[in-house]
Amino acid sequence: MIEFVDVVKSYTQGNKALNGVSMQIEDGEFCFLVGPSGSGKSTIIKLITGELKPTSGNVHVNGYSLERIRKREIPYLRRTVGVVFQDYRLISKMTVYENVAFAMRVVGAREREIKDRVPYVLELVGLSNKAGRHPGEMSGGEQQRLAIARALVNNPSMIIADEPTGNLDPQRSFEIMALLQEINNLGTTMLVVTHDQNLVKHFRKRVISINEGVVVNDGLEAFYGYEDK
Amino acid sequence: MKINNIGYLLKEGFRGIFLHGFMSFAAVCVTVACLLIVGSFSILAYNLDIMVENLNKTSEILVYVDSSLSDAEARSIGTKINTLSNILNAKFVSREEALEDFIADHDGDSAFSGVQAEDLRHRYVVTLEDNTLMKQTDAQLKQIPGVVKTSAAYELAEGFTTIQSVLHIVTVAVMAVLLVVSLLIISNTVKLAMYDRKEEIGIMKMVGATNGFIRLPFVVEGFTLGMMGALLAFGLEWVMYDALIEKISTVDSLQLFSFVAFQELLMPMVAVFGAAGLFVGIVGSWTSIRKFLDV
Repeated sequence: MIEFVDVVKSYTQGNKALNGVSMQIEDGEFCFLVGPSGSGKSTIIKLITGELKPTSGNVHVNGYSLERIRKREIPYLRRTVGVVFQDYRLISKMTVYENVAFAMRVVGAREREIKDRVPYVLELVGLSNKAGRHPGEMSGGEQQRLAIARALVNNPSMIIADEPTGNLDPQRSFEIMALLQEINNLGTTMLVVTHDQNLVKHFRKRVISINEGVVVNDGLEAFYGYEDK
Repeated sequence: MKINNIGYLLKEGFRGIFLHGFMSFAAVCVTVACLLIVGSFSILAYNLDIMVENLNKTSEILVYVDSSLSDAEARSIGTKINTLSNILNAKFVSREEALEDFIADHDGDSAFSGVQAEDLRHRYVVTLEDNTLMKQTDAQLKQIPGVVKTSAAYELAEGFTTIQSVLHIVTVAVMAVLLVVSLLIISNTVKLAMYDRKEEIGIMKMVGATNGFIRLPFVVEGFTLGMMGALLAFGLEWVMYDALIEKISTVDSLQLFSFVAFQELLMPMVAVFGAAGLFVGIVGSWTSIRKFLDV
Protein backbone atom coordinates (compact mmCIF):
# COMPACT_ATOMS: atom_id res chain seq x y z
CA MET A 1 0.00 0.00 0.00
CA ILE A 2 1.12 3.54 -0.78
CA GLU A 3 -0.06 6.42 1.37
CA PHE A 4 0.94 10.08 0.99
CA VAL A 5 -0.28 12.43 3.73
CA ASP A 6 0.15 16.16 3.05
CA VAL A 7 3.58 15.58 1.48
CA VAL A 8 5.80 18.54 0.67
CA LYS A 9 9.07 18.08 -1.13
CA SER A 10 11.38 21.06 -1.64
CA TYR A 11 14.75 20.83 -3.34
CA THR A 12 17.81 22.66 -2.11
CA GLN A 13 17.34 25.33 -4.80
CA GLY A 14 14.10 26.20 -3.04
CA ASN A 15 11.56 25.09 -5.64
CA LYS A 16 8.70 22.97 -4.35
CA ALA A 17 8.19 19.79 -6.40
CA LEU A 18 5.27 18.62 -4.25
CA ASN A 19 3.07 20.97 -2.30
CA GLY A 20 0.82 19.03 0.03
CA VAL A 21 0.11 15.80 -1.86
CA SER A 22 -2.27 13.34 -0.20
CA MET A 23 -3.30 10.07 -1.82
CA GLN A 24 -3.68 6.41 -1.08
CA ILE A 25 -3.23 3.40 -3.35
CA GLU A 26 -4.54 0.14 -1.91
CA ASP A 27 -2.95 -3.27 -2.36
CA GLY A 28 -3.96 -4.85 -5.67
CA GLU A 29 -5.10 -1.58 -7.25
CA PHE A 30 -4.25 -0.48 -10.80
CA CYS A 31 -3.68 3.23 -10.99
CA PHE A 32 -2.47 5.77 -13.55
CA LEU A 33 -0.47 8.81 -12.49
CA VAL A 34 -0.73 11.56 -15.07
CA GLY A 35 0.46 15.13 -15.32
CA PRO A 36 2.55 17.45 -17.47
CA SER A 37 6.34 17.52 -17.39
CA GLY A 38 7.62 19.04 -14.16
CA SER A 39 4.34 18.42 -12.35
CA GLY A 40 5.98 16.23 -9.67
CA LYS A 41 5.44 12.68 -11.01
CA SER A 42 9.14 11.75 -10.88
CA THR A 43 9.41 13.15 -7.37
CA ILE A 44 6.52 10.88 -6.31
CA ILE A 45 8.32 7.85 -7.77
CA LYS A 46 11.59 8.81 -6.08
CA LEU A 47 9.80 9.19 -2.77
CA ILE A 48 8.19 5.76 -3.16
CA THR A 49 11.53 4.06 -3.95
CA GLY A 50 13.40 5.82 -1.14
CA GLU A 51 15.65 7.90 -3.41
CA LEU A 52 14.27 11.02 -1.74
CA LYS A 53 12.87 11.86 1.67
CA PRO A 54 9.86 14.16 2.07
CA THR A 55 10.51 17.67 3.38
CA SER A 56 7.35 17.37 5.43
CA GLY A 57 4.33 15.08 5.62
CA ASN A 58 4.24 11.28 5.68
CA VAL A 59 4.92 8.69 3.02
CA HIS A 60 4.13 5.04 3.80
CA VAL A 61 5.08 2.34 1.32
CA ASN A 62 4.47 -1.35 2.03
CA GLY A 63 4.91 -0.88 5.76
CA TYR A 64 7.92 1.49 5.60
CA SER A 65 7.66 5.12 6.72
CA LEU A 66 9.83 7.00 4.25
CA GLU A 67 10.30 10.05 6.46
CA ARG A 68 11.90 7.84 9.13
CA ILE A 69 13.47 5.09 7.06
CA ARG A 70 17.10 4.20 7.79
CA LYS A 71 19.59 3.99 4.95
CA ARG A 72 20.17 0.29 5.52
CA GLU A 73 16.40 -0.42 5.26
CA ILE A 74 16.06 1.11 1.81
CA PRO A 75 17.24 -2.01 -0.12
CA TYR A 76 14.55 -4.03 1.68
CA LEU A 77 11.89 -1.43 0.77
CA ARG A 78 13.02 -1.60 -2.87
CA ARG A 79 12.59 -5.37 -2.91
CA THR A 80 8.87 -4.78 -2.38
CA VAL A 81 8.64 -2.35 -5.32
CA GLY A 82 9.50 -3.34 -8.90
CA VAL A 83 10.37 -0.43 -11.17
CA VAL A 84 10.03 -0.29 -14.98
CA PHE A 85 11.53 2.62 -16.92
CA GLN A 86 10.85 4.10 -20.34
CA ASP A 87 14.47 3.41 -21.40
CA TYR A 88 14.33 -0.21 -20.10
CA ARG A 89 17.74 -0.01 -18.31
CA LEU A 90 18.85 -3.48 -19.30
CA ILE A 91 22.42 -4.78 -19.19
CA SER A 92 23.36 -5.13 -22.84
CA LYS A 93 26.16 -7.66 -22.34
CA MET A 94 23.84 -10.08 -20.50
CA THR A 95 21.31 -12.35 -22.11
CA VAL A 96 17.57 -12.13 -21.43
CA TYR A 97 17.86 -14.95 -18.89
CA GLU A 98 20.91 -13.38 -17.22
CA ASN A 99 19.27 -9.95 -16.99
CA VAL A 100 16.40 -11.42 -15.01
CA ALA A 101 18.57 -13.82 -13.00
CA PHE A 102 20.89 -10.93 -12.12
CA ALA A 103 18.05 -9.13 -10.31
CA MET A 104 17.49 -12.23 -8.17
CA ARG A 105 21.16 -12.93 -7.61
CA VAL A 106 21.95 -9.46 -6.26
CA VAL A 107 19.30 -9.78 -3.56
CA GLY A 108 20.87 -13.04 -2.45
CA ALA A 109 18.59 -15.65 -4.07
CA ARG A 110 19.84 -19.25 -4.29
CA GLU A 111 20.73 -20.72 -7.68
CA ARG A 112 17.93 -23.24 -7.35
CA GLU A 113 15.35 -20.50 -6.77
CA ILE A 114 16.73 -18.60 -9.76
CA LYS A 115 16.47 -21.67 -12.01
CA ASP A 116 12.84 -22.18 -10.97
CA ARG A 117 11.66 -18.60 -11.01
CA VAL A 118 13.31 -17.03 -14.10
CA PRO A 119 11.72 -19.39 -16.71
CA TYR A 120 8.32 -18.87 -15.06
CA VAL A 121 8.58 -15.08 -15.26
CA LEU A 122 9.91 -15.15 -18.83
CA GLU A 123 6.92 -17.27 -19.81
CA LEU A 124 4.57 -14.84 -18.11
CA VAL A 125 5.90 -11.95 -20.22
CA GLY A 126 6.09 -14.06 -23.39
CA LEU A 127 9.87 -14.24 -23.73
CA SER A 128 10.48 -17.95 -23.07
CA ASN A 129 11.78 -18.51 -26.58
CA LYS A 130 14.20 -15.55 -26.37
CA ALA A 131 16.04 -16.43 -23.15
CA GLY A 132 19.41 -16.71 -24.89
CA ARG A 133 19.20 -13.43 -26.79
CA HIS A 134 20.80 -10.14 -25.85
CA PRO A 135 18.67 -6.97 -25.42
CA GLY A 136 20.26 -5.40 -28.51
CA GLU A 137 18.80 -8.21 -30.65
CA MET A 138 15.22 -7.50 -29.53
CA SER A 139 12.50 -4.99 -30.41
CA GLY A 140 11.51 -2.15 -28.07
CA GLY A 141 8.38 -3.99 -26.98
CA GLU A 142 10.37 -7.12 -26.17
CA GLN A 143 12.94 -5.11 -24.24
CA GLN A 144 10.15 -3.56 -22.20
CA ARG A 145 8.72 -7.03 -21.53
CA LEU A 146 12.17 -8.03 -20.31
CA ALA A 147 12.29 -4.98 -18.03
CA ILE A 148 8.87 -5.99 -16.65
CA ALA A 149 10.12 -9.56 -16.11
CA ARG A 150 13.09 -8.19 -14.17
CA ALA A 151 10.82 -5.95 -12.07
CA LEU A 152 8.57 -8.92 -11.37
CA VAL A 153 11.11 -11.62 -10.67
CA ASN A 154 11.66 -10.84 -6.99
CA ASN A 155 7.90 -11.04 -6.47
CA PRO A 156 7.32 -7.42 -5.37
CA SER A 157 3.92 -6.48 -4.04
CA MET A 158 3.88 -3.44 -6.31
CA ILE A 159 5.19 -2.37 -9.71
CA ILE A 160 5.80 1.22 -10.68
CA ALA A 161 6.05 1.74 -14.42
CA ASP A 162 7.50 5.12 -15.38
CA GLU A 163 6.36 5.91 -18.94
CA PRO A 164 6.62 2.22 -19.91
CA THR A 165 5.24 2.85 -23.39
CA GLY A 166 7.08 6.10 -24.09
CA ASN A 167 9.36 4.51 -26.69
CA LEU A 168 6.81 2.16 -28.28
CA ASP A 169 4.34 2.35 -31.14
CA PRO A 170 0.59 2.26 -30.26
CA GLN A 171 0.23 -1.49 -30.95
CA ARG A 172 3.20 -2.45 -28.66
CA SER A 173 2.00 0.08 -26.08
CA PHE A 174 -1.36 -1.67 -25.83
CA GLU A 175 0.38 -5.03 -25.53
CA ILE A 176 2.58 -3.79 -22.70
CA MET A 177 -0.41 -2.27 -20.89
CA ALA A 178 -2.31 -5.51 -21.34
CA LEU A 179 0.62 -7.37 -19.81
CA LEU A 180 0.69 -4.97 -16.84
CA GLN A 181 -3.04 -5.48 -16.37
CA GLU A 182 -2.54 -9.25 -16.47
CA ILE A 183 0.13 -8.97 -13.77
CA ASN A 184 -2.22 -6.75 -11.76
CA ASN A 185 -4.89 -9.41 -12.05
CA LEU A 186 -2.47 -11.81 -10.35
CA GLY A 187 -2.48 -9.46 -7.32
CA THR A 188 0.42 -7.04 -7.88
CA THR A 189 -0.37 -3.38 -7.22
CA MET A 190 0.32 -1.32 -10.34
CA LEU A 191 1.15 2.38 -10.59
CA VAL A 192 1.68 3.51 -14.18
CA VAL A 193 3.03 6.97 -14.95
CA THR A 194 2.10 7.95 -18.48
CA HIS A 195 1.47 10.75 -20.94
CA ASP A 196 -0.48 8.51 -23.28
CA GLN A 197 -4.12 9.67 -23.07
CA ASN A 198 -5.35 6.95 -25.42
CA LEU A 199 -4.04 4.24 -23.12
CA VAL A 200 -5.56 5.84 -20.05
CA LYS A 201 -8.91 6.24 -21.78
CA HIS A 202 -8.81 2.69 -23.13
CA PHE A 203 -8.01 0.90 -19.87
CA ARG A 204 -10.42 2.96 -17.72
CA LYS A 205 -8.66 2.65 -14.37
CA ARG A 206 -8.28 5.04 -11.49
CA VAL A 207 -6.36 8.15 -12.59
CA ILE A 208 -4.47 10.49 -10.28
CA SER A 209 -3.78 13.78 -12.03
CA ILE A 210 -1.05 15.98 -10.68
CA ASN A 211 -0.13 19.51 -11.65
CA GLU A 212 2.43 21.88 -10.11
CA GLY A 213 2.97 19.56 -7.18
CA VAL A 214 -0.69 19.24 -6.26
CA VAL A 215 -3.19 16.43 -6.90
CA VAL A 216 -5.82 18.09 -9.09
CA ASN A 217 -8.03 15.06 -9.78
CA ASP A 218 -8.33 11.54 -8.44
CA GLY A 219 -10.85 8.98 -9.63
CA LEU A 220 -12.06 6.76 -12.40
CA GLU A 221 -13.22 9.58 -14.64
CA ALA A 222 -10.86 12.23 -13.39
CA PHE A 223 -8.53 11.89 -16.32
CA TYR A 224 -10.98 13.47 -18.67
CA GLY A 225 -10.45 16.76 -16.91
CA TYR A 226 -6.70 16.62 -17.51
CA GLU A 227 -5.01 18.19 -20.50
CA ASP A 228 -1.32 17.72 -21.14
CA LYS A 229 0.24 21.15 -21.22
CA MET B 1 24.99 -11.82 3.70
CA LYS B 2 24.21 -15.42 2.97
CA ILE B 3 26.97 -18.02 2.70
CA ASN B 4 25.71 -19.15 -0.73
CA ASN B 5 26.39 -15.65 -2.11
CA ILE B 6 30.05 -15.58 -1.17
CA GLY B 7 31.11 -17.74 -4.13
CA TYR B 8 29.18 -15.48 -6.49
CA LEU B 9 30.68 -12.31 -4.99
CA LEU B 10 34.23 -13.68 -5.17
CA LYS B 11 33.67 -14.79 -8.75
CA GLU B 12 32.38 -11.32 -9.64
CA GLY B 13 35.43 -9.75 -8.00
CA PHE B 14 37.85 -11.87 -10.04
CA ARG B 15 35.76 -11.36 -13.19
CA GLY B 16 36.15 -7.61 -12.73
CA ILE B 17 39.94 -7.91 -12.87
CA PHE B 18 39.83 -9.47 -16.35
CA LEU B 19 36.91 -7.34 -17.51
CA HIS B 20 38.99 -4.21 -16.91
CA GLY B 21 42.24 -5.84 -17.97
CA PHE B 22 44.21 -2.75 -18.85
CA MET B 23 43.20 -0.82 -15.74
CA SER B 24 44.00 -3.85 -13.60
CA PHE B 25 47.41 -4.13 -15.27
CA ALA B 26 48.02 -0.41 -14.67
CA ALA B 27 47.00 -0.69 -11.01
CA VAL B 28 49.32 -3.67 -10.43
CA CYS B 29 52.22 -1.88 -12.18
CA VAL B 30 51.74 1.24 -10.11
CA THR B 31 51.52 -0.76 -6.88
CA VAL B 32 54.68 -2.67 -7.82
CA ALA B 33 56.52 0.56 -8.60
CA CYS B 34 55.42 2.25 -5.37
CA LEU B 35 56.14 -0.78 -3.20
CA LEU B 36 59.54 -1.26 -4.85
CA ILE B 37 60.46 2.30 -4.01
CA VAL B 38 59.08 1.96 -0.47
CA GLY B 39 60.82 -1.42 -0.02
CA SER B 40 64.15 -0.28 -1.44
CA PHE B 41 64.11 2.82 0.67
CA SER B 42 63.25 0.82 3.81
CA ILE B 43 66.03 -1.71 3.20
CA LEU B 44 68.52 1.04 2.47
CA ALA B 45 67.46 2.87 5.62
CA TYR B 46 67.66 -0.35 7.65
CA ASN B 47 71.17 -1.11 6.39
CA LEU B 48 72.32 2.46 6.96
CA ASP B 49 70.83 2.29 10.44
CA ILE B 50 72.86 -0.83 11.21
CA MET B 51 76.01 0.68 9.72
CA VAL B 52 75.59 3.86 11.76
CA GLU B 53 74.87 1.74 14.84
CA ASN B 54 78.06 -0.24 14.26
CA LEU B 55 80.08 2.91 13.74
CA ASN B 56 78.55 4.37 16.85
CA LYS B 57 79.67 1.34 18.82
CA THR B 58 83.24 2.27 17.96
CA SER B 59 82.81 5.54 19.87
CA GLU B 60 84.70 5.19 23.11
CA ILE B 61 85.82 7.07 26.19
CA LEU B 62 89.45 6.99 27.19
CA VAL B 63 89.81 6.95 31.00
CA TYR B 64 93.30 7.93 32.24
CA VAL B 65 94.49 6.59 35.60
CA ASP B 66 96.54 8.57 38.11
CA SER B 67 100.20 7.81 37.29
CA SER B 68 101.10 7.65 40.99
CA LEU B 69 98.99 4.49 41.42
CA SER B 70 100.65 1.09 41.26
CA ASP B 71 99.79 -1.38 38.45
CA ALA B 72 97.57 -3.39 40.82
CA GLU B 73 95.72 -0.26 41.99
CA ALA B 74 95.28 0.89 38.39
CA ARG B 75 93.85 -2.49 37.38
CA SER B 76 91.43 -2.47 40.34
CA ILE B 77 89.75 0.70 38.93
CA GLY B 78 88.31 -1.49 36.16
CA THR B 79 85.97 -3.14 38.68
CA LYS B 80 84.60 0.26 39.69
CA ILE B 81 84.14 1.29 36.05
CA ASN B 82 82.19 -1.89 35.32
CA THR B 83 79.77 -1.18 38.17
CA LEU B 84 78.44 1.85 36.24
CA SER B 85 75.18 1.16 34.44
CA ASN B 86 75.94 2.18 30.83
CA ILE B 87 79.25 0.33 30.41
CA LEU B 88 79.45 -2.24 27.63
CA ASN B 89 83.16 -2.96 27.98
CA ALA B 90 86.15 -1.48 29.86
CA LYS B 91 89.48 -2.65 28.46
CA PHE B 92 92.64 -1.97 30.49
CA VAL B 93 95.56 -0.65 28.44
CA SER B 94 98.85 -0.51 30.36
CA ARG B 95 101.29 2.36 29.79
CA GLU B 96 103.60 -0.12 27.94
CA GLU B 97 100.80 -1.13 25.57
CA ALA B 98 99.87 2.53 25.16
CA LEU B 99 103.47 3.28 24.13
CA GLU B 100 103.42 0.49 21.54
CA ASP B 101 100.21 1.86 20.10
CA PHE B 102 101.68 5.38 20.12
CA ILE B 103 104.80 4.29 18.22
CA ALA B 104 102.71 2.23 15.80
CA ASP B 105 100.39 5.21 15.22
CA HIS B 106 103.35 7.46 14.41
CA ASP B 107 104.93 4.89 12.17
CA GLY B 108 108.22 4.79 14.14
CA ASP B 109 108.80 8.54 13.67
CA SER B 110 112.23 9.33 15.16
CA ALA B 111 110.90 12.58 16.64
CA PHE B 112 109.13 10.50 19.31
CA SER B 113 112.03 8.09 19.99
CA GLY B 114 112.64 9.65 23.38
CA VAL B 115 109.11 8.89 24.68
CA GLN B 116 109.18 6.34 27.52
CA ALA B 117 106.38 4.20 28.97
CA GLU B 118 106.66 6.12 32.24
CA ASP B 119 105.68 9.29 30.33
CA LEU B 120 102.30 7.77 29.66
CA ARG B 121 99.43 6.75 31.95
CA HIS B 122 97.61 3.46 32.36
CA ARG B 123 94.21 3.84 30.78
CA TYR B 124 90.89 2.18 30.08
CA VAL B 125 89.17 2.08 26.70
CA VAL B 126 85.49 2.20 27.63
CA THR B 127 82.69 1.42 25.19
CA LEU B 128 79.10 2.22 26.08
CA GLU B 129 75.77 0.48 25.69
CA ASP B 130 74.03 3.73 24.81
CA ASN B 131 76.11 6.46 23.26
CA THR B 132 73.39 9.06 23.70
CA LEU B 133 74.24 8.91 27.44
CA MET B 134 77.95 9.51 26.82
CA LYS B 135 78.04 12.84 28.67
CA GLN B 136 76.42 11.43 31.83
CA THR B 137 78.63 8.35 31.85
CA ASP B 138 81.72 10.48 31.29
CA ALA B 139 80.78 12.58 34.34
CA GLN B 140 80.34 9.41 36.44
CA LEU B 141 83.72 8.08 35.29
CA LYS B 142 85.39 11.31 36.38
CA GLN B 143 84.01 10.78 39.89
CA ILE B 144 85.85 7.47 40.34
CA PRO B 145 88.90 7.88 42.66
CA GLY B 146 92.14 7.39 40.75
CA VAL B 147 90.73 8.70 37.47
CA VAL B 148 92.52 11.90 36.53
CA LYS B 149 91.19 12.61 33.10
CA THR B 150 88.81 11.32 30.46
CA SER B 151 88.60 11.88 26.74
CA ALA B 152 85.23 11.45 25.02
CA ALA B 153 84.15 12.41 21.48
CA TYR B 154 80.65 13.71 22.31
CA GLU B 155 80.21 15.46 18.99
CA LEU B 156 80.92 12.33 17.00
CA ALA B 157 78.49 10.23 19.06
CA GLU B 158 75.84 12.94 18.87
CA GLY B 159 76.43 13.20 15.12
CA PHE B 160 75.73 9.50 14.68
CA THR B 161 72.60 9.75 16.81
CA THR B 162 71.37 12.70 14.75
CA ILE B 163 72.01 10.85 11.49
CA GLN B 164 69.99 7.89 12.79
CA SER B 165 67.09 10.10 13.88
CA VAL B 166 66.99 11.94 10.56
CA LEU B 167 67.13 8.64 8.73
CA HIS B 168 64.12 7.35 10.70
CA ILE B 169 62.07 10.48 10.02
CA VAL B 170 62.89 10.51 6.30
CA THR B 171 62.06 6.80 6.00
CA VAL B 172 58.67 7.23 7.65
CA ALA B 173 57.86 10.34 5.59
CA VAL B 174 58.84 8.79 2.25
CA MET B 175 56.94 5.59 3.06
CA ALA B 176 53.83 7.54 4.03
CA VAL B 177 53.92 9.64 0.84
CA LEU B 178 54.40 6.62 -1.39
CA LEU B 179 51.62 4.71 0.35
CA VAL B 180 49.22 7.62 -0.16
CA VAL B 181 50.23 7.81 -3.84
CA SER B 182 49.59 4.07 -4.29
CA LEU B 183 46.29 4.43 -2.48
CA LEU B 184 45.12 7.27 -4.71
CA ILE B 185 46.09 5.44 -7.88
CA ILE B 186 44.42 2.18 -6.88
CA SER B 187 41.38 4.10 -5.73
CA ASN B 188 41.23 5.89 -9.09
CA THR B 189 41.55 2.62 -10.97
CA VAL B 190 38.65 1.12 -9.05
CA LYS B 191 36.69 4.33 -9.58
CA LEU B 192 37.14 4.01 -13.35
CA ALA B 193 36.09 0.36 -13.19
CA MET B 194 33.02 1.41 -11.25
CA TYR B 195 32.19 4.19 -13.64
CA ASP B 196 32.25 1.58 -16.37
CA ARG B 197 29.66 -0.41 -14.41
CA LYS B 198 27.60 2.55 -13.20
CA GLU B 199 24.46 1.27 -14.91
CA GLU B 200 24.90 -2.18 -13.42
CA ILE B 201 25.29 -0.65 -9.96
CA GLY B 202 22.19 1.48 -10.56
CA ILE B 203 20.15 -1.62 -11.44
CA MET B 204 21.50 -3.45 -8.40
CA LYS B 205 20.41 -0.55 -6.20
CA MET B 206 17.01 -0.38 -7.93
CA VAL B 207 16.18 -4.05 -7.33
CA GLY B 208 17.24 -3.83 -3.69
CA ALA B 209 20.84 -5.04 -3.45
CA THR B 210 22.47 -3.95 -0.20
CA ASN B 211 25.54 -1.71 -0.27
CA GLY B 212 27.65 -4.52 1.17
CA PHE B 213 26.61 -6.85 -1.65
CA ILE B 214 27.47 -4.24 -4.28
CA ARG B 215 30.72 -3.27 -2.62
CA LEU B 216 32.24 -6.68 -1.98
CA PRO B 217 33.17 -7.65 -5.56
CA PHE B 218 34.99 -4.32 -5.92
CA VAL B 219 36.80 -4.85 -2.63
CA VAL B 220 37.77 -8.37 -3.75
CA GLU B 221 39.05 -6.82 -6.97
CA GLY B 222 41.07 -4.17 -5.11
CA PHE B 223 42.40 -6.73 -2.62
CA THR B 224 43.52 -9.08 -5.40
CA LEU B 225 45.20 -6.29 -7.35
CA GLY B 226 46.92 -5.05 -4.20
CA MET B 227 48.18 -8.52 -3.30
CA MET B 228 49.34 -9.21 -6.86
CA GLY B 229 51.29 -5.96 -6.80
CA ALA B 230 52.76 -6.80 -3.39
CA LEU B 231 53.82 -10.30 -4.48
CA LEU B 232 55.49 -9.07 -7.66
CA ALA B 233 57.20 -6.20 -5.84
CA PHE B 234 58.48 -8.60 -3.17
CA GLY B 235 60.01 -10.96 -5.74
CA LEU B 236 61.59 -8.12 -7.69
CA GLU B 237 62.93 -6.53 -4.52
CA TRP B 238 64.60 -9.80 -3.52
CA VAL B 239 66.25 -10.30 -6.92
CA MET B 240 67.36 -6.66 -7.20
CA TYR B 241 68.70 -6.52 -3.64
CA ASP B 242 70.77 -9.70 -4.04
CA ALA B 243 72.13 -8.45 -7.36
CA LEU B 244 73.01 -5.07 -5.84
CA ILE B 245 74.82 -6.58 -2.85
CA GLU B 246 76.81 -8.83 -5.14
CA LYS B 247 77.75 -5.91 -7.34
CA ILE B 248 78.80 -3.74 -4.38
CA SER B 249 80.82 -6.53 -2.78
CA THR B 250 82.89 -6.88 -5.98
CA VAL B 251 83.88 -3.19 -5.93
CA ASP B 252 84.04 -2.70 -2.14
CA SER B 253 87.49 -4.21 -1.62
CA LEU B 254 87.94 -2.26 1.64
CA GLN B 255 84.68 -3.74 2.98
CA LEU B 256 83.39 -0.33 3.90
CA PHE B 257 79.81 -1.46 3.51
CA SER B 258 78.16 -4.37 5.25
CA PHE B 259 74.67 -5.38 4.10
CA VAL B 260 72.15 -7.60 5.80
CA ALA B 261 71.20 -10.67 3.74
CA PHE B 262 67.65 -10.50 2.30
CA GLN B 263 66.82 -13.82 3.97
CA GLU B 264 67.28 -12.11 7.35
CA LEU B 265 64.66 -9.55 6.33
CA LEU B 266 62.27 -12.10 4.85
CA MET B 267 59.56 -12.06 7.50
CA PRO B 268 59.47 -8.28 8.06
CA MET B 269 59.47 -7.72 4.30
CA VAL B 270 56.64 -10.23 3.75
CA ALA B 271 54.68 -8.51 6.52
CA VAL B 272 55.33 -4.98 5.19
CA PHE B 273 54.63 -5.79 1.54
CA GLY B 274 51.58 -7.89 2.42
CA ALA B 275 50.15 -5.22 4.72
CA ALA B 276 50.83 -2.45 2.20
CA GLY B 277 49.23 -4.43 -0.65
CA LEU B 278 46.24 -5.26 1.53
CA PHE B 279 45.89 -1.69 2.71
CA VAL B 280 46.09 0.02 -0.68
CA GLY B 281 43.85 -2.63 -2.27
CA ILE B 282 41.06 -2.68 0.27
CA VAL B 283 41.08 0.94 1.40
CA GLY B 284 41.49 2.15 -2.20
CA SER B 285 38.46 0.27 -3.45
CA TRP B 286 36.34 0.80 -0.32
CA THR B 287 36.69 4.57 -0.39
CA SER B 288 36.18 4.95 -4.13
CA ILE B 289 32.91 3.00 -4.25
CA ARG B 290 31.21 5.16 -1.65
CA LYS B 291 30.22 7.84 -4.16
CA PHE B 292 28.57 5.32 -6.48
CA LEU B 293 26.50 3.77 -3.72
CA ASP B 294 24.81 7.02 -2.82
CA VAL B 295 21.77 6.46 -5.07
